[in-house]
Amino acid sequence: MSGQEQQRRNTPEPEEPTPPAPAQVASEAKKDAELDSFLDEIDGVLETNAQEFVHGFVQKGGQ
Amino acid sequence: MDRRVYGIETEFGVTCAFTGDKRLSSDEVARYLFRKVVTWGRSSNVFLGNGARLYLDVGSHPEYATAECDSVDDLIAQEKAGELIVHDLALDAERRMANEGIEARVYVLKNNVDSRGNSYGSHENYLVRRAAPLSRITDSLIPFLITRQLLTGAGHLQVTGERATYQLSQRADHMWEGLSSSTTRSRPIINTRDEPHADAEQFRRLHVIVGDSTMSETTTRLRVLTTGLLLAAIEAGTPMGDLSIADPVRTIRAVSRDKTGTKPIKLASGRTMSPLEMQCAFLAKARAFAESSGLIEQETYSWALELWERGLRAVETEQWGLIDTEIEWAMKWRMMERYAAKFSLGMADPRMQQIDMAWHDIHPDRGLYNLLAKRGNASRIITDADAKKAMVTPPQTTRAKMRGEFIQAAHQYGRDYSVDWVHLKLNDVPATTVMCRDPLVPRDERVDRLLAGIRAGTPRQDSAAAL
Repeated sequence: MSGQEQQRRNTPEPEEPTPPAPAQVASEAKKDAELDSFLDEIDGVLETNAQEFVHGFVQKGGQ
Repeated sequence: MDRRVYGIETEFGVTCAFTGDKRLSSDEVARYLFRKVVTWGRSSNVFLGNGARLYLDVGSHPEYATAECDSVDDLIAQEKAGELIVHDLALDAERRMANEGIEARVYVLKNNVDSRGNSYGSHENYLVRRAAPLSRITDSLIPFLITRQLLTGAGHLQVTGERATYQLSQRADHMWEGLSSSTTRSRPIINTRDEPHADAEQFRRLHVIVGDSTMSETTTRLRVLTTGLLLAAIEAGTPMGDLSIADPVRTIRAVSRDKTGTKPIKLASGRTMSPLEMQCAFLAKARAFAESSGLIEQETYSWALELWERGLRAVETEQWGLIDTEIEWAMKWRMMERYAAKFSLGMADPRMQQIDMAWHDIHPDRGLYNLLAKRGNASRIITDADAKKAMVTPPQTTRAKMRGEFIQAAHQYGRDYSVDWVHLKLNDVPATTVMCRDPLVPRDERVDRLLAGIRAGTPRQDSAAAL
């Protein structure tokens, strides 16, 4: 098995309400931009009638 | 216990978007889904060549139970293989329907609740030594299971009229008891039905039915490893302290509604503790046990302890960016918040519920979790190739290896057979039943002889070993 990504931090860092560093702000902005491009993409795969899709999803109870 | 058997049973939700005039009931759709299974195995309740069981459950749910795994990464591969297998059934059903003039897109959702609040499960199985009394295990484990949703929940947008709340867990609102032998009438957190599918004098199967189905491999891995580590600590006799919760059913619902993990829980002892404090207490016990037992040396456990600690820190500081590629409820919440903002939608808008459901769509090119993972925004444990291989290859280190190989050989050589979790039998030869009572043993001379006998025959060209 391969390919896991992980952040390793051996010691918990103290919780201090420090303002985010500029690099962190930049990386948050980059994440938001990536997510926005993802959200643009998903509109192509969703059923157009959301209400019908949601209400049509009814199962009989399982275990 | 040095090695432990794990398994996960997943019930899938099914729905259809009909694009023509003809419509089908959910029972009819389920029958189309299982046509391929019935053709292959002459039943809608079969064991597969990878050792797993696939069947049509009460309420027309496809259910996939992984083969016995003794490593969590095998378990993840077997579980993801189940998604691919059921996805193939959905594609096959669409083709069959189209041939009969029914235009539809079949959706299979690996979630735990439909739009009317019917619930179906993700059941975790842990093999435990019978020497540890059940009450000792369950007393310690139930408070953990009630609060682990902080990290293992799949997230759920609960909409009631105009009100919408994002909860940590899909299953929390559908739990009605702490412990019971029933699974449908009074859904308990731990089911006590004692079917070990193994030597009952040695083993019991702990059947945890409180968990959410998780698309995220890292969340699944964390769910199984943290629970397994605590079980190991309890089995080793580690004192867990009395954290019994006064009202488990009410508490599990309250915890699910508290993303901050701070609202106090009332304990049976009269003390109060926040969900975060309780998880920190369990983490401390688990870490101490992992260090004293040496389990910390194993990558899986050091990984789990690190993510467990980081996850609790993320909840405590509300810095969900720390876990937004690894913890499912946080991943989904981030997507939903951004979606609502981008399109100026209220949380109660049907489009929000739709993307909540679509997150769990198992279709590789349509499910939102799957699309996010393809873009590299979800941390992975296994590769796509690992999952594909697990569709046709049983785990190599447990009893499942023998079952899988037997089933494949019987199909290839056109033999009539019966199997269950324990037994292997050729129906056309009297007295061939082999009982494999130890799930941790992957090889048995009696099975070798059985396989040699089958392979001495003539292979059939028209028979597929795999579904």
